[in-house]
Amino acid sequence: MNAVPQAIAPPGEMAHAIRARGLTRRFGHVTAVDGIDLDIPRARIYGFLGPNGSGKSTTIRMLCGLLQPSAGTVDVLGHEMPRDAEQLRTRLGYMTQKFSLWDDLTVSENLQFMGQVFGLPAQRRRARVAVVVEEFDLASLFKQRAGTLSGGQRQRLALAAATLHEPELLLLDEPTSAVDPQSRRDFWESLFDLVARGVTILVSTHYMDEAERCHELAILASGRIVAQGPPQQLMAEIPATVVEVEAADTVAARRALVQDESVLSVAQLGTRLHVLIDPATPEPENRVLQRLRAASVAAQSTLVRASLEDVFVAATGFGRAAGARPQG
Amino acid sequence: MLLRLFAITSKEVRQLARDRLTFGMIVGIPLMQILLFGYAINFDVRDLDAAVVDEARTSHSRALVADLQATGVIVLRPPSPGLPDLRRRMESGEISVGIVIPHDFERRRLGNDRAVAQILVNGSEPMIDAVARGLASVPLPVRAGDYRSRTPVFEVRTEYNPERRTAVQIVPALIGVILNMTMVIFTAAAIVRERERGNLELLIATPIRSWELMAGKLIPYVLIGLIQTTLILTVGARIFDVPINGSLLDLYLAAALFIAATLTLGLVISTFARTQFQAFQLSFLTLLPSILLSGFMFPFDGMPPLARAIAQALPLTHFVEMIRGILLRGAPLAAMQVPAMKLGVFLVVALAIATLRFHKRLD
Repeated sequence: MNAVPQAIAPPGEMAHAIRARGLTRRFGHVTAVDGIDLDIPRARIYGFLGPNGSGKSTTIRMLCGLLQPSAGTVDVLGHEMPRDAEQLRTRLGYMTQKFSLWDDLTVSENLQFMGQVFGLPAQRRRARVAVVVEEFDLASLFKQRAGTLSGGQRQRLALAAATLHEPELLLLDEPTSAVDPQSRRDFWESLFDLVARGVTILVSTHYMDEAERCHELAILASGRIVAQGPPQQLMAEIPATVVEVEAADTVAARRALVQDESVLSVAQLGTRLHVLIDPATPEPENRVLQRLRAASVAAQSTLVRASLEDVFVAATGFGRAAGARPQG
Repeated sequence: MLLRLFAITSKEVRQLARDRLTFGMIVGIPLMQILLFGYAINFDVRDLDAAVVDEARTSHSRALVADLQATGVIVLRPPSPGLPDLRRRMESGEISVGIVIPHDFERRRLGNDRAVAQILVNGSEPMIDAVARGLASVPLPVRAGDYRSRTPVFEVRTEYNPERRTAVQIVPALIGVILNMTMVIFTAAAIVRERERGNLELLIATPIRSWELMAGKLIPYVLIGLIQTTLILTVGARIFDVPINGSLLDLYLAAALFIAATLTLGLVISTFARTQFQAFQLSFLTLLPSILLSGFMFPFDGMPPLARAIAQALPLTHFVEMIRGILLRGAPLAAMQVPAMKLGVFLVVALAIATLRFHKRLD
């Protein structure tokens, strides 16, 4: 029940916080997670980006030992999961997708309770509660019941509870899904503070801007990792050319462009269109203009850098079946 | 270890204290039930409406009717002129009992071969039927100068409950029924609620042990069960004059054992139910056979073998036996070893099932 001494795993193997091979989970005949490989370095923020149902939660639950993998191996902080799950409990912090502290207990009672459950002795518990209350700005809410908190406040409380016992690895399942933009920004500041102290963070999200803040990223679709790497690298190595089109009649422009066989996908951003084009196409911005002129649509086009959203669209098969196109 | 157990228990108590409805049920359910059962379930039927057709009109026939009335079981309504009128009044529900004294009453009374009079009973209500049939055993009035006296062959005395009051039989067992009802539902709901609200997913990702979680959740309910026991005993003694003949310590020991057994039953249910609604349904599924088969209402001896076998597997059966022994017969707990052991076996088996079925995992 006590924390396992750090010395159990030789330092060489501790370069990775999480290593998974062929991790698979089936529910009946549905495969929620389909043979994913992960190498998550220490003291980094690693992101899972994917739509709902892409297997993010299931993977996180397997990584913290709450679900048994149907196949594959998982190594967390040098321990095999789920076999050593109980030994690792005090070194992991887990924040569930849904707020799962107690609505009818106050902020202070919830923190006290979690401190007790993690076996922190009274003195350390008091000290830690004081620290996280300060860190997550909970002092004014200390005597308030959790059920009456706003989305952002709850999420601060949940992160405070998850870090109370100073875990080495934090698993955060869509922590910002019910939170306003300002709270999301503050939340990410807190995550970077934690990482600076050596904590490894795995966070799942479906927000592109959040994914872009991660040191490294895995894009999930239908239970598979369809792209993996630092966001900058993913954007640089996108297997498509991105042309931004500004047109008066975006609907007509879009209709004209999707008929071109070199156009992989068209997405609208306000009055502009993001057009992903086969990288083998010569002079893509002129080709787009020709096509639009042929459809008598007045437009301008520029070659732009890919955004993470473009990466996501490319990785998930350009809006077609996931995995239909080989990844670059 | 103790810290975590304490953490769970104190959290549970805090939440209970804040949940006004549940807190109200802890006191409200036993109070409502004991008053309902104590007053409404009454096997001493009194004041049944009755009417007489007296075709004989002799002093003896009037004396017989007076004796019947004196039992207190019937209240006489205006007499009927004849049998058809009596039947009609019974059909309409005006009366439940009809007494017919034929015109040859005197001759029958002196002879020995035929019934002297007839009692008509509304058989559509089981209790009335049974009680009114008892009227037939009222002896013929004995008067000075009568050359024939009919004294009853046996004198019947009801031990431990000389006045044969139903409350005395019902209230002790009612402690068991009420505990059974509240304990099973409370524990099953307490764990399933956390599963439903998502708290459990967080809890099982902490170093807490399964048994700490379960024991921590059960401890407050043991106390609640003992409070309920006290409440029912007090109301039973004050309002329904139920005697407490045995030792209170024995009584509370037996109650604690039974509470533990019903709590583990609740735990087992919580490992099957996914929602609180399912937990309630499953709890009621176990409650009904407990009430019907435990000997609480119907005598255990009259049941077919299958029903008796099922009753043996129900904790309430054994508790009803123990509590009646201790409360009414003043038996020491030592004389109740057999039912106590059976309760113990139930406790161990149910605890093993619950522990085996509860995993710190989501699948």
